[in-house]
Amino acid sequence: MGAQLRVYKRRIQAVTATKKITKAMEMIAASRIVKAQRKVAASMPYATELTRAVTAVATGSNAKHPLTTEAEAPTRAAVLLVTSDRGLAGGYSSNAIKAAERLRERLAGEGKEVDTYIVGRKGVAYYGFRERKVEEFWTGFTDNPAYSDAKRIAAPLIEAIQKETAEGGVDELHIVFTEFVSMMTQNAVDDRMLPLSLDEVAEESTRKGEILPLFEFEPSAEDVLDALLPRYVESRIYNALLQAAASEHAARRRAMKSATDNAGDLIKSLSRLANAARQAEITQEISEIVGGASALADATAGSDK
Amino acid sequence: MAAELHVELVAADRSVWSGEATLVVARTTSGDIGIMPGHQPLLGVLESGPVTIRTSEGGTVIAAVHGGFISFADNKLSLLAEIVELADEIDVQRAERALERAKSDADAAAERRAEIRLRAVAVH
Repeated sequence: MGAQLRVYKRRIQAVTATKKITKAMEMIAASRIVKAQRKVAASMPYATELTRAVTAVATGSNAKHPLTTEAEAPTRAAVLLVTSDRGLAGGYSSNAIKAAERLRERLAGEGKEVDTYIVGRKGVAYYGFRERKVEEFWTGFTDNPAYSDAKRIAAPLIEAIQKETAEGGVDELHIVFTEFVSMMTQNAVDDRMLPLSLDEVAEESTRKGEILPLFEFEPSAEDVLDALLPRYVESRIYNALLQAAASEHAARRRAMKSATDNAGDLIKSLSRLANAARQAEITQEISEIVGGASALADATAGSDK
Repeated sequence: MAAELHVELVAADRSVWSGEATLVVARTTSGDIGIMPGHQPLLGVLESGPVTIRTSEGGTVIAAVHGGFISFADNKLSLLAEIVELADEIDVQRAERALERAKSDADAAAERRAEIRLRAVAVH
């Protein structure tokens, strides 16, 4: 076998092995999307009921709460960035990071300092490489988050927002995550969680044509709101984590599908080249034999004379 | 037919139980509260404890609820909590083990959770 043909054969083998791996990853991701979507759906009743309750307190009472009132001159904001632990998911993490960068710029433009909190090894690596300060980070659960993870993340954020700004607290709480729209579409979005703009929440529910009854609060509107808002933040973070997980799997499936397709194309063109090389080798061998034979014939013909 | 109210028992990651009921008893921060159909709209903070739901078929559903909220409006009652366990789902031996472990670790929160689980099973 010629040297060139051997090189092609070896490359075809390598690409075939890669293709098998990417195909396997694609199928694993595809099966996990369904699971992740089911988890998103399962968390919906709690989230909607909680939102309803928050809306009820907000519209049904004049309660003022530090988590719902906007600071007059906000000077510091916390940003929670949700990325993935593992790569090989196309532009998933980098899109989320880019969205966070845009948000940082916007907040900086408004004269606010930005504290960064990160979920996922990819985001941590990005900030670590640039030696930027990260307040806190969490890793190890991005592909299958549990409610306890959301609680763990929410705790320091709620603490930070309840602290006075002068003592290192924050005025605003933003979250950047990848919204799961459909199997094919996932968008990196940023969202302000706190302070909750109650008007917006109230508007939304009135637009739905829902008239909220006048509630009796047990023990009091303030206490209910006190207990409600941290849970609301946790549930929002949980929902964001779940959507991000579903998006991560969808992005990985898509990336791995195109990797598999590319590997297939590569194998095809490489085997064409290998065939051509083999044919060229055969042609050369034949012409060498023919050439040798005719030279021999010429030589013997000459000696006959 | 007696008046009914619709109950949704919802945990953070799943819907635990839903159906019609005639009476729901839960513990709020200011004491036990019983809710029957036609109650005035209410929004309260729940204490950890067992919740009793008397279903319209005459059965009783008991669940251990760890913190959360109760909200009632339009004859619809929602019980929201991070963790909700139906008494039928609770593994008594496991809860007892958890209680002992929590006691030896002096983990007050875990001890309370285990106690409530056991109490829910006992009422059941």
